[in-house]
Amino acid sequence: MTVESLTLAKRQEYEQTETGYHAVRWHEPVIYELSRQGFANEVVSEPEEGIRDRVGDVTLHIPDKVRRKAPPDLPQLSEPEIMRHYLRLSQQTFGFDSGISLGLGTCTMKYSPKLNDQLVALPKFSELHPLQPENTIQGILQIMYELGNWLCELSGMDEFSFQPRGGSHGVYANACIMRAYHRSRGDMKRDEVITSAVSHPCNAGCPSAAGFKVIQLFPDKETGDIGVDALKAAVSERTAGLMITTPYDTGVFDSQIGEYIRLVHEVGGLVSLDQANFNGVMTRLRAGDVGADLMHFNLHKTFSTPHGSCGPGTGAIGVKKELKRFLPVPVLEFDGYAYRLNYDFPDSIGKIGSFYGVAMNAVKAYAWIMSLGAEGLRQAAEWAVINNNYLIKKLVAIRGIDIAWPNRRKLQEARFTLKQMREETGVGTSDFNLRVTDYGIQSYFTSHEPVIVPEPVTPEASDSVSRADLDRFVEVFRRVSDEAYKNPEIVKTAPHRSVIHKTDEEPLYDASKTIVTWKAYREKHD
Amino acid sequence: MTNEFVHRFIPNSSPGVREAMLKEIGLENVEQIYEEIPERLRFTGELDIPSWPVAESEVARRIKAAMNKNSTAGEFLSFLGAGCWPHYVPALCTEIIGRSEFLTAYAGSDAADFGRYQAMFEFQSMIGALLDMDLVSAPVYDGATAAGDAMHMASRATGRRQVLIPKTCSPDRLATIRNYCDPWLEIEQVDYDRQTGQINLGDLKDRVSVETAAVYIENPTYLGFIETQCEEIATIVHSKDALLIASVNPLSLGLLAPPGEYGADIACGEGQPLGMHMSFGGATLGILACKDAERFLGIMPSFLTAISTTSVSGEYAFSYHTLPDRMVYSTREKARSYTGTSSWLWGISAAVYLALLGPKGIRTIGEHNMQKAYYAMELLSGIKGVRAPAFAAPHFNEFVVNFDATDTRVSEINQGLFDQGILGGKNLSGEFPDLGQSALYCVTETHDQDGIHRLVEALKNIVD
Repeated sequence: MTVESLTLAKRQEYEQTETGYHAVRWHEPVIYELSRQGFANEVVSEPEEGIRDRVGDVTLHIPDKVRRKAPPDLPQLSEPEIMRHYLRLSQQTFGFDSGISLGLGTCTMKYSPKLNDQLVALPKFSELHPLQPENTIQGILQIMYELGNWLCELSGMDEFSFQPRGGSHGVYANACIMRAYHRSRGDMKRDEVITSAVSHPCNAGCPSAAGFKVIQLFPDKETGDIGVDALKAAVSERTAGLMITTPYDTGVFDSQIGEYIRLVHEVGGLVSLDQANFNGVMTRLRAGDVGADLMHFNLHKTFSTPHGSCGPGTGAIGVKKELKRFLPVPVLEFDGYAYRLNYDFPDSIGKIGSFYGVAMNAVKAYAWIMSLGAEGLRQAAEWAVINNNYLIKKLVAIRGIDIAWPNRRKLQEARFTLKQMREETGVGTSDFNLRVTDYGIQSYFTSHEPVIVPEPVTPEASDSVSRADLDRFVEVFRRVSDEAYKNPEIVKTAPHRSVIHKTDEEPLYDASKTIVTWKAYREKHD
Repeated sequence: MTNEFVHRFIPNSSPGVREAMLKEIGLENVEQIYEEIPERLRFTGELDIPSWPVAESEVARRIKAAMNKNSTAGEFLSFLGAGCWPHYVPALCTEIIGRSEFLTAYAGSDAADFGRYQAMFEFQSMIGALLDMDLVSAPVYDGATAAGDAMHMASRATGRRQVLIPKTCSPDRLATIRNYCDPWLEIEQVDYDRQTGQINLGDLKDRVSVETAAVYIENPTYLGFIETQCEEIATIVHSKDALLIASVNPLSLGLLAPPGEYGADIACGEGQPLGMHMSFGGATLGILACKDAERFLGIMPSFLTAISTTSVSGEYAFSYHTLPDRMVYSTREKARSYTGTSSWLWGISAAVYLALLGPKGIRTIGEHNMQKAYYAMELLSGIKGVRAPAFAAPHFNEFVVNFDATDTRVSEINQGLFDQGILGGKNLSGEFPDLGQSALYCVTETHDQDGIHRLVEALKNIVD
């Protein structure tokens, strides 16, 4: 059902139904539509006359066959017009700072302190070149080294690297280390990695991309754990390792994780924990203590370096000291006098990306940890689980909303289901998700694939949300549930008060209709 | 238990809230929730992290104190590039990516996060125009990982396993590529002409076969010179139905032919020059694009923002293109490539930068970079024993300087320059022993004439 099928009167009625919010709606054109032939901004001056006179027309050095003939079709508009365009686009983006974003489970949406952004904007950081002599970069290396020590404390690991530029990138790096470890022992038969279906997709995808065959175990219907029996059946002398998220996106802490780790170690495999969902167990669970050999944190999640509209991120990887020699180079070391970037690791997996990763995220995470202190980290984690359990209590009281694995208490987030609502009203989670944004809250995360819980809803209330935010979120869910039962049409034709109406999905699925550039769009529509 | 821990980042930490909320949940204390973690796994020790919160002013003081131990490239006269280049960052780029909505958004729906999706579509459109390519990915991690993605795509498109890479590729980038390609692809390196740096076409012909998935070239190369035989290379590559991957510096594309024009099937590159500070090598943006949208759409592993319509006529929508089995989110245990949170904020910065420059500005800035690089090469080559550029080829904004005839090692030269407040070019003598005592110099619009003269004078004094 779409808005188009509504009468104009109905559409206006729905648009005018008060929700306490209406998004900014600029009908902002695509930047190319604002463009004017011949307009140019002077961003950078010409070189000095003495240079120009001496070198002449340098472009003549470029042979004709590799010289650009027609200028690229870039937009042509003035600085104030560009500013206005992007300012409007930013106003039509719902950041954490814009309002309630606690629907985005697994994302750990939390406040990013402004000081931290400002610190990395200082020239003392922004003008650092990564290849400067070591004696000129002691300050940044000190920060990265001390952050590494703090993360070792929080994880129980021995060494950290910040080279991976996102969570998946970190999991991939760990899969590469796992591969290098077994190869270094000449143990070539280990070609299988075990994961769970409720672990992040990268826990299955990255070992697969690294060449492993991946065995995916499903959670038990009653407990939400994958279970020792399933794991026992999966491990063998071919097991290279276990790559698993803990706690799961379902909020379930797999109570038998200790057993899994023991079983995998028994057959000679390694264990890598994905701790993207660390927020609720911070200071309460250390991957190293429970036996993990490798793990990663997402600095853009738990440690508040902002999400940046989808990066830059950092998947900080931690390993036990036996695996240090496989870390990507350089490894940051301190001899008590100076910090140095050590490349002398012949067994290293080499490089996983450019330079040393997103160094600014290390600075921000360092500032965040310092701002909280150990006690603050403990409190932040406690608030994450209290906020989530408060949310659970309130949401399950709403008609048509149930929680998966109701007999388990959840940690940092929980997975709910609108199965009953769907059956009774026809409103499923995708409709519901579009309608909640009409009330001025961010949409929510449903589920990664495979979708085990039908009509899933996965919010996550981090330490940064207030009780008032939680109450408002719950109130919106209650209102939309009421609508679903009284007038499902208003939900199924949503959004009505968001930036745009319901997206036509065909061009997003049908390859023959997919267009990703303005040029291709014009060619199709002119 | 009364909890009196109040923290500026934690809105609920005001007195009384915890007790009230726990009561609503029906719990005595938070430990009842943590009982979900088996007791023997729970950490109960002390952490060796400073215990107590630090006020904002003190955090600022401490971190600035640490940062002040740095001396930045900006404070020196620096000629370092090699994958991270000094360029002027327009104020508008900083202003717009500092917008809190962009900075703190992540993964909301296309309606709620409309602006960031439109910004990504516009980024893709501008990059497509620059590269002359129709299928453009949202940003990936960096130029090195983009090259790895490109090689996987080529292999999947051709069903072949071999990739040829010129020996002038940076060892660091090659190391990243090797990780990305292991165990799917076999990498072979193609020789280059020692005089011109250009790919040895004879060697290329000998190596390209029906086993070859792709030939990867760089333009400009890591060593700064322009590869001028692109068309010839494309012909050789295509004669065996292999694909050509071109890694480009986007800033050069106002002057240099776009890869889509000289026969590249896939383009990749590092987008840091498009409005990003050096930031210790952290602000990177991987560019990934293809010429033939139909052929590659189903195998591009990264996020794509597609344009659509809505149920109300005249409205644009922008959203993730979600063809099943394209990305790791649905392929999971069958995945061959993966993606995730990457570097969208820099994509916004790059779009703003390109919109500011426009078709004229992208040419002007390229010319400006070349003019200064040529000026520097000319003056440097006037120093006895110094060869600049080391390769007889056109250059963009980087070039190899050879010091063999000066009888002075690059390490000594760079130390001498350092003592005079100058950061010399990256020492290549370890990475490329074949090039002798050589260094990779970078000259951009950020250098002025006086700075270049200072370098020349300093070098004269050192090598004389």
